[in-house]
This record gives sequence, structure tokens and C-alpha cells, in this order.
Amino acid sequence: MAKKVVSTGSTTAKTGSTTVQAGFDYAPAPESRAIVDIKSSYGLFINGEFVDSTGGNSFKTISPSTEEVLAEIAEANDADVDAAVRAARRAYTRVWSKMSGAERGKYLYRIARIIQERAREFAVLESIDNGKPIKESRDVDVPTVAAHFFYYAGWADKLEFSGFGPDPKPLGVAGQIIPWNFPLLMLAWKIAPALACGNTVVLKPAETTPLTALLFAEVCQQADLPPGVVNIVTGAGPTGQAIVSHPDVDKVAFTGSTDVGRAIAKAIAGTEKKVTLELGGKAANIVFEDSPVDQAVEGIVNGIFFNQGHVCCAGSRLLVQESVADEVLERLKRRMATLRVGDPLDKNTDIGAINSAEQLAKIRELSEIGELEGAERWSPPCELPAHGFWFPPTIFTGVTAAHRIAREEIFGPVLSVITFRTPAEAVEKANNTPFGLSAGIWTEKGSRILWMASRLRAGVVWANTFNRFDPTSPFGGYKESGYGREGGRHGLEAYLR
Amino acid sequence: MTESEMTETRIDVRKTYKLYIGGDFPRSESGRTFIVNDSSGKFLANMSQASRKDARDAVQKARGAFGGWSGRTAYNRAQILYRVAEVMEGRRDQFEAELRQAEGLTAAKAKTYVSAAIDRWVWYAGWSDKIAQVTGGANPVAGPYFNHSAPEPSGVIAIVAPKGPLLGLVSVLAPVIATGNTCVVVASEAHPVPAITLAEVMATSDLPGGVVNLLTGSAAEIAPWLASHMDVNGIDLTGITDPDRARDLEASAADNLKRVRRPRPEDLLATPDLTRMTTFLETKTVWHPMGI
Repeated sequence: MAKKVVSTGSTTAKTGSTTVQAGFDYAPAPESRAIVDIKSSYGLFINGEFVDSTGGNSFKTISPSTEEVLAEIAEANDADVDAAVRAARRAYTRVWSKMSGAERGKYLYRIARIIQERAREFAVLESIDNGKPIKESRDVDVPTVAAHFFYYAGWADKLEFSGFGPDPKPLGVAGQIIPWNFPLLMLAWKIAPALACGNTVVLKPAETTPLTALLFAEVCQQADLPPGVVNIVTGAGPTGQAIVSHPDVDKVAFTGSTDVGRAIAKAIAGTEKKVTLELGGKAANIVFEDSPVDQAVEGIVNGIFFNQGHVCCAGSRLLVQESVADEVLERLKRRMATLRVGDPLDKNTDIGAINSAEQLAKIRELSEIGELEGAERWSPPCELPAHGFWFPPTIFTGVTAAHRIAREEIFGPVLSVITFRTPAEAVEKANNTPFGLSAGIWTEKGSRILWMASRLRAGVVWANTFNRFDPTSPFGGYKESGYGREGGRHGLEAYLR
Repeated sequence: MTESEMTETRIDVRKTYKLYIGGDFPRSESGRTFIVNDSSGKFLANMSQASRKDARDAVQKARGAFGGWSGRTAYNRAQILYRVAEVMEGRRDQFEAELRQAEGLTAAKAKTYVSAAIDRWVWYAGWSDKIAQVTGGANPVAGPYFNHSAPEPSGVIAIVAPKGPLLGLVSVLAPVIATGNTCVVVASEAHPVPAITLAEVMATSDLPGGVVNLLTGSAAEIAPWLASHMDVNGIDLTGITDPDRARDLEASAADNLKRVRRPRPEDLLATPDLTRMTTFLETKTVWHPMGI
């Protein structure tokens, strides 16, 4: 930890040969919490109602930025999951599969509109429960959620034109398990296409971020969505396992770690269950010598520090051409010194809290391993709050392909910097990973972009941009980043037969 | 010797049936063979019985061929698949005879299946440069970006071919390579002869070595090594009839998250759907900002 510099306020810090200028002082500009009403406890949302768990167990969800307990959350056991699947099956058989696509679509349009109406509430609640900066939950997560429902609403009565056969049919009950990094957005990616295609769902939000999913349950009530079409069961791994192994679940959709994805793929082997998996990544963000450096630096920062680096498609490996490596790194360090780490509800905050103590421990461990393996660690002067879970934006230089920080997903604000000389070497290094979710290319040369893009084994390639998401744009991985696509016309395939 | 004496007394030159790996026809490194009889139980051939090592060699050759094959233009791949159909057509009498011999089919049925197998190559040849337009396209994102999705081959695909020794084999093989994948195929254990004849056709149709690698022997023995191989990207279990074995292979394939096609009943003579291609395709989406 020797290289970690912690200073107070806006000073100039000398680090190696690089002089970094810390940012201006800003007065705090916190978003009001008054718009959200967090209850002291939440039940499970089954068949259109909130019910207690039959086992009576519960867990706490906390604010990662303050460690305050936000609410007690019911923990769904096997019997609860069974009740949710039964409710979903009933709703599927009696109501949802019989309803015309046009009518299903209207429910989804309603949901999209209600989310827009309650956008501020969702954004604040997401930032409180997840720790992400309000500017991201407000400007990225929640608007994209509404857009996603709006997009798939329009597909519900056009499925026969979607290219999946002349008479596509829903699968039945979808079991969906989502992660904590984009809690509401991942819910939208799962629920919107499932419902549009005529399936009903049992969804489990992550145990550290259940609140926006439970608020979404209220949206379903406000929209008069028929009971049982959406069921939300809260809990940890065992609850997820109960969903995956339930014999009446026709489809499993999972976003999360590659290890859990592997376990799910094994668990459903030999069944008729359809599965889509959106798993880990270790994306290369490749900067060529002719790139627009200022834009590239913004892209690097966005690629790895957006959402605290809790992004499966994060640009966690910077591949920079040797001839411009010093210049890019110097500008990157200068830019990193202006990043504001702190209160997620402050509108000036760039980097919020790490989602959990467990995740913080993992980021710390891998960062320490990075140092032990000989990479050089650097963070800007950065004052971290006394309570909550925090990690400063960090880069490692002198990283080789064999280093664990170059191979394993850290899922935090930690960038590994690797250099290359030729485009072919960049491709070789970028593809040297079992993952294949995303990649970035920064160059002014169009032919090189297309040459690179065709050789990178990754599901999403951002050229002269990074971390863009849109409901119409298919997202998903190659190789061990999973299979299936979410978003766009392609996203329908996972929910049709 | 008169002409007629020669025909009466001549001893046939029989063929040694070997594996097809990397464009060559090697014997199994294990030195093993297994006996294949015709439909009446009469000895037909000593077939090479592929081993784990042969399967691994085949994967290595398939991986080596992937960059070149997937990098060819779709038009070029289409022409090569069509060339396979052309060369098959020229040897159709041999295929028909082999089907009758191996499976005891009637002459009419053998003709039907050989015709269907040739036509299936033609069908998939045509798909090679069309699948991207059908499954890809422009995505109208809400912002100033060019955004485009296109399919790409998954990589090296292992295939357990079904019983139909010719049409079944072509039906699982052609869609996988039409889109740019390379493959390792375990031929039907019961009727491997037409598979090796097909390999001879592919070897003389400008198909680069290693794009298709064909193993004969026991699927029960070889398939688990392919299912667990970490450099195989997908597996087609069509030829696995035992549900427990299919489950075990699928579970094993999860180790590196292979794309899996489960066995399912199908009518081989019917026009296929696209899923034999799309199961082993990845969608790549590329973004670029628009501006001046």
C-alpha cells in the first residue's frame, strides 16, 4: 500500500515525474433523500402482493456509503420460490399467454411511463442502496430502464416479424437472477423482453441491492399488471439455486460471475430449460498513437471508473501503443486527480461507494497481489470518507499478461496498463483472455478500426467511445463471458421458441 | 489374358479407411481398429478407432484452421461448399452403393438420401453470404452513433454426428462450416464408411485442411474429451441418444461455457431452420460516434 497517497483537499501532489493538479473545491450538492420512503421491512412480491417468507428469515440491506441499515428484507426459501413459480405458471396459463401481444405491450408501455414519472425516486433509491453516483443513476440507469421497457413494449405485437419463425411462442416461466451493479437496469433487461414475448417471471435481485426491485413491484401494482406475471423473491445464493433447479421453470436468465454461470449451466444440463448467461469480462481498451488523446483519456476514465468499475464490460485492461504510453499515462493521471470520490447522492460525485465490504475486500486483495507480482500501483491524492466502503481510482503500470490483475476480473476502479507496438500485437494481447464481452479501440484511422473490430473476440466493440448502452443494441459475450444477447431484436430470441 | 478373363479373375483393390485430420488421412495414433460389417453382417472394413490423442490433434488442427477459414470471404466459403456438392454429385453412385451396403437401403431410398445430402450442401452454401444479413443489421440507438450487429463464428465446434450416415452427417456439418467455424466430427459409429468417403470429397473440393476433421470410432469414448476440451467453443450433441450421456456431456461442456446444441428429434429430409447455424454464431455489435 506504499504508493497510496491520501491527502486532504485541493493540493498539488508530485508523483514520480508527473505533476497532478487536484480539482477545484466544490460545495456539496446533495440530492434530497426526501423523495424516497424506505420501509423498515419488505416481504416477497408473489402473485401481485407482498407476503412474508414462510421460513421467517430475513437479511439486512445497508447503504454502502454509510453502512447504515436501510431495511430488513425477507429471505425466500424453497417453499417461497415454489409459491412464486406457481403464481407465475398460473398467470402464464390463465392470463398472460392468452392475452394479445398488443395488450401485453400496453402494460409494458404503462410500466415505462410510470418509471419515467418516478424516475427521481428510483435514482435516489438506487444510489442509496447501491452506492453509485446520483449523476449515473439519474442520467444513465433509470432513463435506460424506461427506454428498455418502451422498446420491448413495441415488440409484443410484432413478434412474428422478428425473424424467429412465422409463429414464435413464449417459453413459459422465466427464472431470472440479476447482479448488484446495475440493479434496476438489469431487472429491465430481464423482465421487459420476457414479458413482451409472453412469458411470466420470477426474478431474484442481488442480496445487497433489493430495494429498487421491490419498488418496481409497486410499479407493477400501479400498472395493474395481472398478479403473478412478475414475482420478485429476495435472497442470496440458495434462493437463486431454488429458482434454477425448480422443475417448472422453463428458462433461466442470469447476469453475474462466470463461476456462478458455469454452475448454472451444469445444473440445467440434461433438462429442457433454455438459458442465457451474461458473465464476467476483462476488456481491452486499445489506444493507438494516432488517437485523439483527450477523448481517449475520457474514454479510459469512463471505461474503468464508471460505476466504480463494477461493470462486467469495464475497460479494465488499457492497451496503449508504446510510442504514446508516457503521454497518455500522464494525461490520464492528471484527469484521475480531478475525479471526486464520495457521497453517492452528491451531484458532483464521480465515483461512489464500493457496493459491499465483501467486494471491497476482493478489490483490495487483487490490488495487493498486483503489487506483490511486481506491477506499479498509483492512485491520485484522494480523500476517502471515514465510514462506508471506498476504494480510490487506481492504475497499475508494468503489468504483464501473466499477472493476475491482467487476467482476473477485479470488478472495481482498478486499471491494468499494458503496452503494445503493432496492431497485430494489440489484437493478440486483447484476445489473450478466456473472457470476450467487450473491447475498445481508439484511433483516427477508419480502416484500422474495422480491421481491429473484426479481429477482437468480443460481443461489443466500442470504437472512439466506451460503455454505451441502448435498448436497441444487442449486448453479450463470446467465450467464457457467456451466451445469448440482451437488447435489440436479438434479445427476443432468449424468450421465444 | 482376354478382356473377359481379366474381369472374372481380378481381385478388388480394397481401401484402408483412416481418419481425416488436418487435411490428411492418418491412422489412429493408438493403432486400434474396429470391424464394420455390412447390413447382412458380412465384413466390410477395419475402421480406424480414434483415441483421445486423435481427438486432441483434431482440435488443434481445427483451431489452426479457424483464422484462415473464418477470415475468408463468405462468397469464397460459399463456392467451396458448392464445390463439395459438385464433387459429391460426380461420386453419387459410390455414395448410393455405400448406403445400400451399410444400411441395407433400397436403391430408391439410397438415391433419395444421396440427393438430399448433395442438395443440403447447396442450401448451406447459399447461406454462407446471407446469414449476416438475416441475423445482423443496423441498430437505431438513441444517440449520434453508428451501431451495427453482425454474426461471427464461435470457433471450434465438436459434433457428434447422428445415425443417418450421409444426410445426417451433412446436415450437422455443413451449417457449422458455412458460417466460418471449424469442426471436429465424430462420425456415426455404426456406419462410418460413407463419412470417410465424404472426407475424401471434402479433401478434393478446395476445403482447407483442418476445417473439417473426421473421427471414426466410439462416440462414448471420444465425445467426453471433446466436451471437456478447453479449446473447443461449442458442441452439437445431435448423435447422442442416451439422455444420461447427453446430460453428462452438457455438464462437462459448461467448464468453458461451450455453446451446446442438445439432441432433439428432427426430420432430416425437411428444410432445416436456422438454428444449426445460429447456435454456433456470436453476435458482435460495433459502436462508433457520428460527427464531423
